Amino acid sequence: MERNIFKYVWRFSRREQLVLLAWVAASLPFYFLSLDLPKQIVNQGIQGDGFETAESANPIGVIRVPLSETLTGESIVLFSGVPADQQATLLILSFMFLFLVCVNGGFRFVINTGKGRMGERMLRRLRYELSDRLLRFRLPQIRRMKPAEVATMIKDEVEPLGGFIGDAFITPAFLGGQAITAMVFIMVQSFWLGLIAGIIVLVQAILIPRLRVPILELGRQRQLTARLLAGRIGEVIEGAGEIHANDTSNYERAELTSRLGRIFDIRFEIYQRKFFVKFLNTFLSQLTPFIFYAGGGLLALSGRLDIGALVAVIAAYRDLPGPVKELIDWDQRRADVQIKYDQVIEQFQPTEIVEPSYQDPDSPVAPLEGEIKLSSVTLLDDGANKLLDGVSFETPIKEHIAVVGGASSGKDSLGEVIAGLVQRSSGSVEIGEHRIEDLTQAVLGRRIGYVAPDAYFFSRSIKENLLYSLTHRPIHVADYDKEAADAAAHRLAESQRAANSSFDINDDWIDYEAAGVTNAAELTKRVLSVLECVALSDDIYRFGLDGALDVERRPEVADGILAARHRMAERLAEQGHGDLVELFDIAEYNRNATLGENLLFGTARDPAFAADVLVDHPVVREELKASGLDKHLVEKGLSIAQTMVEIFADLPAGHPFFDQFSFIDADDLPEFRLIIARAENVGAAALPEAERNRLLRLPISYIEARHRLSLIDDTFEQEVLAVRKRLRERIMKEAPDSVAFYDSERYNAAASIIDNILFGRLIYGRAQSEETINGYVTEILEELDLSDAVREIGLEYQVGIGGKRLSATRRQKLALARALLKRPDLLIVSEATAVMDGATRSELLQNVREEARDEGLIWIVERPSMAAGFPRVLVLEDGRLVDDGVYAELEEQQGALKELLTAD
Amino acid sequence: MTLDEEVEVLKRIPLFSKIDKPKLKLLAFTSERVVFHSGETVCRQGDAGDAAFIIVDGTADILINGNGKDIKVAEVGRNAIIGEVAILIDVPRTATVAATSELITLRITKELFFNLVQEFPEISVEIMRVLAQRLEATNEKLRLAKA
Repeated sequence: MERNIFKYVWRFSRREQLVLLAWVAASLPFYFLSLDLPKQIVNQGIQGDGFETAESANPIGVIRVPLSETLTGESIVLFSGVPADQQATLLILSFMFLFLVCVNGGFRFVINTGKGRMGERMLRRLRYELSDRLLRFRLPQIRRMKPAEVATMIKDEVEPLGGFIGDAFITPAFLGGQAITAMVFIMVQSFWLGLIAGIIVLVQAILIPRLRVPILELGRQRQLTARLLAGRIGEVIEGAGEIHANDTSNYERAELTSRLGRIFDIRFEIYQRKFFVKFLNTFLSQLTPFIFYAGGGLLALSGRLDIGALVAVIAAYRDLPGPVKELIDWDQRRADVQIKYDQVIEQFQPTEIVEPSYQDPDSPVAPLEGEIKLSSVTLLDDGANKLLDGVSFETPIKEHIAVVGGASSGKDSLGEVIAGLVQRSSGSVEIGEHRIEDLTQAVLGRRIGYVAPDAYFFSRSIKENLLYSLTHRPIHVADYDKEAADAAAHRLAESQRAANSSFDINDDWIDYEAAGVTNAAELTKRVLSVLECVALSDDIYRFGLDGALDVERRPEVADGILAARHRMAERLAEQGHGDLVELFDIAEYNRNATLGENLLFGTARDPAFAADVLVDHPVVREELKASGLDKHLVEKGLSIAQTMVEIFADLPAGHPFFDQFSFIDADDLPEFRLIIARAENVGAAALPEAERNRLLRLPISYIEARHRLSLIDDTFEQEVLAVRKRLRERIMKEAPDSVAFYDSERYNAAASIIDNILFGRLIYGRAQSEETINGYVTEILEELDLSDAVREIGLEYQVGIGGKRLSATRRQKLALARALLKRPDLLIVSEATAVMDGATRSELLQNVREEARDEGLIWIVERPSMAAGFPRVLVLEDGRLVDDGVYAELEEQQGALKELLTAD
Repeated sequence: MTLDEEVEVLKRIPLFSKIDKPKLKLLAFTSERVVFHSGETVCRQGDAGDAAFIIVDGTADILINGNGKDIKVAEVGRNAIIGEVAILIDVPRTATVAATSELITLRITKELFFNLVQEFPEISVEIMRVLAQRLEATNEKLRLAKA
């Protein structure tokens, strides 16, 4: 990357810079005129120079050919002007002044906007360039970096560069031009005054930047310490487990304190120096007007300078410090930004970076054929330890190989070297006809599948994570309508101006061919079959049952689920399991559902109707009041509060029971105790509004069948049903989209699949009810051929940051599925079943070997016994290949494999 | 059956008879009520046990498997507690329990029970007392058998 920020900026924004410079040049004459005009206004308009009598009129607006008098000796008049008296002259000149103010403002506006746009484009270019380099770093380089530090660099540290890039050339030109114009103007009016002003400006321009040198150095340190702090905070988050497990939080506190102290010292030092410089700067600026008032005043009194000129000089000078100060500021920013730029560039200038051509999406990709050949492959780590030591072997690509070895045998490095993720230090690796370094990432990444032990997942759905192995480049252009296409073209043009990627993220990136299918529907089938292979099918099915269906996209599935609902009801009745589910019935109170659900009798689409805030909704509140149900709810709330206070009183705050069982937080318990005491004194009805509201909210999550406080009797049920009816009418009329009401004949898009099938609530206290119901659900979905549709919904399950919403076993299974999906010619599995139990592991091993029967497979096994059944076994020890052969033979010999098997 | 009624039942069980009412209420409130139909199995001999059951209403047979056949060894009814050993130590269920009528139970999980004991040591003192009595009774039987 370019080392000098000016060269960088100039190289990529020359054209825009020149255009803006032209604008700046064009603006200067107007600026000069706006300086000159006050003199004319004071001398002619106010003091009446040339207007000897009230009637005398002078021509105004005379336009002469510039410099004509000097060149020809005679002034050539283009326009002889219009005669005007003193008053008219004053007004005309004043309006001209106003006009010039507008023109100057206009210039500023155009120039600043242009600057801003240019700066943002350059910033975008720079950020893209940094991100691009990040994507090109080799893995060992990446592993040395702290994510938080790099993120700070790309996000925060280059940010001021954007602002400065717009100013890099324009500001010195614009402000310098203004300052020189003002200086020239002052010089023209009075040489001596100009000289004095000039000297002071010069002192400012030389002295101030010098004083700022140490501040810049401090600024550099500030940036460095802040970046390290970001890195450390990242570590604290990632290492939170260790911190808690080792009780080192206080050590971390002290460590962070020392860093913050250092940052404080640096920042305070900067402030001290900065404000001193500021003080000096201001003082010097203020000194000049003093000279003007005193010296200029004396000159004017002695008649050697007219008042108009003095006023104009002072006005001009008032404009002068601005540009000069800004120029000095600019210089400061220049140095500051250069430092920042240097520091960032340095971090992104490592040696272990691949050429852009290595990641060219269009480089030719042919299936891998022939042999894999390793000759004396040695790999050193950072500390020059040998991870691999002279490993040589040959194998047909299509072979299935198990690699066995202890923890420090280097077997994992072998996988990374063959996958092309890590470059060997010496020796050679050949795949087919090619040396591995001649193969591009397009070949390696599409034809080889590599499953790491700690595979990463992006915070997206399961499906998107699986299809990640098929997203190499856009395959089909996005389907835009006219308007969207225009917007896309505009986006593309703008990204190209900043040299960003020209691929559209909205295109279809999925490489169906690589997965062996032709369209999205087939791909889904293939995804499900791969998930079956890695034994994730049942989990996905569970996710699907708890997920929600996109009815607009799959209306036929909604109809199917509706059929399943009816069949479910029939099945339960037939089998005598009517007591397992209490169905929703518009005319009945459901004692196995919450009171809130009974009131609303639907699923909230608008969060304003969500259970925890339901009674705060104005419509609900009105209906509760109108029916008088609110009084009863307050009484029920009081009763719940009494029970909670009674039974939870002796538990310490933070006890798990509060979260699991209580209606009231531990923190709120004392307040409720007071409310209860007051209610017992004066009656619930006489409580203040706020307290009544707190009580009113409590019963909303109350389930009679579960909590058994016998709060709900037949009369109360009837009251709730009446309010349910009124609410339904009103919401349907006033906000029909905010609640999906329960309707036995309609699919509820806001509820989960399982809720839609049951259309009711499991009855509390029935033994084995969940298992029985699940059995029927599976049976019925199978009968109606809906299981795959449910699994498809399960594929939309969000895996969370780093896949943390999935268990470790599921993550490893998913990683295997992701690699299988692209049907690689060679699949490398690196200890990727480590967290699984033995039975699951051998099931997966068999399934994956079967799935990859026609392809190559290198399985780096975590336990030597897993190698049984592989036609070839490689045994590594301390980075050296010590045994190579058929499992059965090696098992018999007194060799390394036997030792490992015995130790296992 | 309401919470208060369940508390009355708990109060009549020797293991819990000395414990304050609010604590029993907490126990009842936090435990799950499970209903078994006649013929359904509450727990099966040999299975891992993770909960004890208190019979609130109904009857059940205690069956022990001998030579592949379930032999009825006892009958339990209201206020009985089943499987309490399983929540104290990790042993498989020593018998099968099958409901012989509509059986209403309170299911107290191991986790719930330990949470309670930790919070209210007086419960554990009660349990010690009851267990000691049982031990004494067993010793007595042993002595008689020997003699």
